[in-house]
Amino acid sequence: MSFINYSSREINCKIVYYGPGLCGKTTNLQYVYKKTNPDQKGKLISLATETERTLFFDFLPLALGDIRGFKVRFHLYTVPGQVFYAASRKLILKGVDGVVFVADSQIERMEANIESLDDLRINLAEQGYDLDKLPYTVQYNKRDLPNVAPVVNMNKLLNPRNTPSFEAVAVTGPGVFETLKNVAKQVLVELKKHY
Amino acid sequence: MSGSDLVMYEEEFSKIDEELQRLYLQTNAKVVFLVDKNGQLIASAGETHDIDTTSLASLTAGNIAATGGIARLLGEKEFTILFHEGEKDNIHISLIGQRIILVVIFDSRSSLGLVRLRVKKVSEALVKIFNDITAKSERDRGEGKLDESPFAEISDEDIDNLFR
Repeated sequence: MSFINYSSREINCKIVYYGPGLCGKTTNLQYVYKKTNPDQKGKLISLATETERTLFFDFLPLALGDIRGFKVRFHLYTVPGQVFYAASRKLILKGVDGVVFVADSQIERMEANIESLDDLRINLAEQGYDLDKLPYTVQYNKRDLPNVAPVVNMNKLLNPRNTPSFEAVAVTGPGVFETLKNVAKQVLVELKKHY
Repeated sequence: MSGSDLVMYEEEFSKIDEELQRLYLQTNAKVVFLVDKNGQLIASAGETHDIDTTSLASLTAGNIAATGGIARLLGEKEFTILFHEGEKDNIHISLIGQRIILVVIFDSRSSLGLVRLRVKKVSEALVKIFNDITAKSERDRGEGKLDESPFAEISDEDIDNLFR
């Protein structure tokens, strides 16, 4: 759910990074935070456990710039990836405008990816969203590791809708901004259809 | 997806602002602010300069969402009031009209009783304003496009420029 404020001339949108545990959702946000100008970003908030596993969510507000005199802000959230945090994951999806699915490219994580994607579809449906209609980008993360699955195979398994997908290494940065840019663009194009 | 987008116009915004200013003065609070359930800050009043209101808004919404989850597990519809007591500052969070979150931060210059009383009064006024906003945006949606829509002439180039 975006928030268009004519009084302060702002457009606020919510993007959620989804994916299995340890796929690199928080790392994506950390990289974006590290590489963004201080005047464009707010604090990166992480509600995490002592072992740095996401407990509830990470949050990063980004001010990208102006479109026709309106300030465009994106609020980036991650969900906790671990299976037993299902109840919390649902809550974060409330009011989402666009989703990034971060997949772990390691062959042994394929099943976890598929499970997480099913979980995403069900949780979205519970909130009244259809994954096939929502602005949606897929990221194949950890491409620098030796045991990765070919992108063609991952596309078949995880991207039947054939939405834009990006190869990434979130720790060092390749693909991170390309992913964000793509989902942000889809969100704005979607808003344009309605307003 | 944008079935529940919130579109705020100048007229309603100033009404909301007026209500928040009044609440701020009547309760002797430090800060008063309004957040939508998804974590977007809508308006604020009081000593906001040294507070990170964006983060506060997002965390407050997370707090309400988590509490709502607990409520449903217990068979309650929702818990409409949360109160956190600190050494100096206290925070009173209330859910209004199932959609908007009103937050009052106050210290010993005020009291919980006073805050609760005033929050209750202002809630009714706010519910009415938000009903008007919903009606207005549904009407505009029905008519198609908004007046002076920021998206009317938006181009791919405009979007690309955001990322330069």
